[in-house]
Amino acid sequence: MPTIINLAAIDYVILGVYFLFVLGIGLALKRYMKTGEDFFLSGRAIPAWICGLAFISANLGAQEVIGMAASGAKYGIMTSHFYWVGAIPAMVFVGVFMMPFYYGSKARSVPEYLKLRFDEKTRTFNAMTFAVMTVFSSGISMYALARLFELLLGWNFHFSIFASAVIVLIYIYLGGLTSAIYNEVLQFFLIVLGFLPLVLIGMKDVGGWHALVGKLGDVAVGHGYAAGTWTESWQHTGAAAANPMGVEWFGVAMGLGFVLSFGYWCTDFLVVQRAMAANSMSAARRTPLIAAIPKMLFPALVILPGMIAIALHAKSGGFLPIGKDGSPDYNMVIPTMLARYFPPGMLGIGLTALMASFMSGMAGNVTAFNTVATYDIYQSHIRPNQSDSHYLRVGHVMTIAGILVSVACAYAASKFNNIMDMLQLVFGFVNAPLFATFLLGMFWKRTTGHAAFFGLIAGTATAGLHWALTVPAGATHWIKGGCLGTLHTYPVEMAQNFWAAIFAWAACFGVTIAISLVTKSKKTDEELTGLVYSLTPKIVDHHEAWYKRPAILGVIVLAGAVILNIIFW
Amino acid sequence: MNLDIRMPMGIMFAVFGVILVGWGLVTAHDPMYQRSLGYNINLVWGGVLLLFGLVMIAFARRAMKKT
Repeated sequence: MPTIINLAAIDYVILGVYFLFVLGIGLALKRYMKTGEDFFLSGRAIPAWICGLAFISANLGAQEVIGMAASGAKYGIMTSHFYWVGAIPAMVFVGVFMMPFYYGSKARSVPEYLKLRFDEKTRTFNAMTFAVMTVFSSGISMYALARLFELLLGWNFHFSIFASAVIVLIYIYLGGLTSAIYNEVLQFFLIVLGFLPLVLIGMKDVGGWHALVGKLGDVAVGHGYAAGTWTESWQHTGAAAANPMGVEWFGVAMGLGFVLSFGYWCTDFLVVQRAMAANSMSAARRTPLIAAIPKMLFPALVILPGMIAIALHAKSGGFLPIGKDGSPDYNMVIPTMLARYFPPGMLGIGLTALMASFMSGMAGNVTAFNTVATYDIYQSHIRPNQSDSHYLRVGHVMTIAGILVSVACAYAASKFNNIMDMLQLVFGFVNAPLFATFLLGMFWKRTTGHAAFFGLIAGTATAGLHWALTVPAGATHWIKGGCLGTLHTYPVEMAQNFWAAIFAWAACFGVTIAISLVTKSKKTDEELTGLVYSLTPKIVDHHEAWYKRPAILGVIVLAGAVILNIIFW
Repeated sequence: MNLDIRMPMGIMFAVFGVILVGWGLVTAHDPMYQRSLGYNINLVWGGVLLLFGLVMIAFARRAMKKT
């Protein structure tokens, strides 16, 4: 089978050097892993800038890199809503307003916060759904890596699965969360330094920004949209039919900007764990804010390549390979550009960057899984009151178990594509109602445990019901929705997701308030100190330098996001 | 903190830089650079990676001296 990318010996040398360092870092960290806190929480000793970069990298898996470039080609600059609207405000919120309770409560995981604030059943519900989701995500990531490398390089599918599983296992087993975080920092710089030249050369090839805007105008007109659709982020969101994404401004602002993004950035343990590992309250609060700065600029690295590729494709044809349905294969944007612009040597760096983001995507999920599985499931339900070293051993076992289940999921994904599609859909709406629970829990002391639990169930059920009663246009399979009938047809799947999230959130919010009003909280004010806004002493940070104060950083970051939205309006 | 990540990371990028610069020198004027629009990207970007690596190593060393 002909491969898309042919690696030279020098590229393998570079890849080899990377693996050597990854394993070496794990080995070097081994002697610091003495207690459970070291293994699961990096001993709460990581400086803010490292946590910040890990926070952003944990989210920047390879599927994200490839997917965002694909969206850049398919939808143009509107894709940046996932960054400037769908990430920055939520990241500022979690840093400034929520981190004091996450970090201050000394909870070791997000589910554990729910236990402290509400009760055991709410924690268990969240811990179970999270644990299942996270191993599946890790498995899907593994599957995607093996598929891509099979297609690009002709590597054996089983070899890729086996090798990535073993390497991730070794470095997490040895160095715990610290290993994962350090590798995320490596990945961050690899992605930035590996993709920046790709964008620079691509820009040069297309003839600069103005030439790109001109060519993308032709692309937009060719698809039957207004000329600026690919280069203006908000102007064409008045109606869903006016833009290729098929969404309108309200769905974007509420569904993506509010519910989905706050649900993910503020409650997903995968990212929050990075901030919990910080060496002080101030560092924990700055973690998401530091992360927001590169996040804001990432569209230039991950979305712009897609825009360049589609512009070049439209100009000369044949830039991108053609998929089965006759349209360009958008997922091939990044691989195609790597193969086209990078000679051997630099190609090795680009590929290593891609490999690093796959591996740290898996590792991030595995470290979040082993913590939740050990503390929130094993310690609270199977064997409580054991020694710290006992839980440390369990953590090691859970790491192996997590990897084994991930491998199984990777194989399941290769056999049953539809089931994976459905799971990803389900994961999309599991997080959505959770943000309502946290918002009420942290800022309204009247919220009770029963209310939180049944609110979550109601929210999740609503999302499921919404899916069962609506379909995206052109859906041909029950997995896309509508299995109980069709109340509404959305123009695209994305619009369906946005609205599912909005309904799920609203249901959880409403039900939690209603039940709180008729039930009594079992927690005393003393127990809730440090967990709820009105009962927690305000953090005084006037003595800190301005660049270390979360509120000031938050305002700067938000201002940056507003300016970017205006420039590319 | 136990292990300063800047040290191994700096070394790794410096190694990448040295490999790329060396490879760029050896392959200068090779037709493969038509791909990168005529720039010897291995030489140029290898230099950038080397510089980045050295800066990281310098930061790590400075931090080590302080403690």
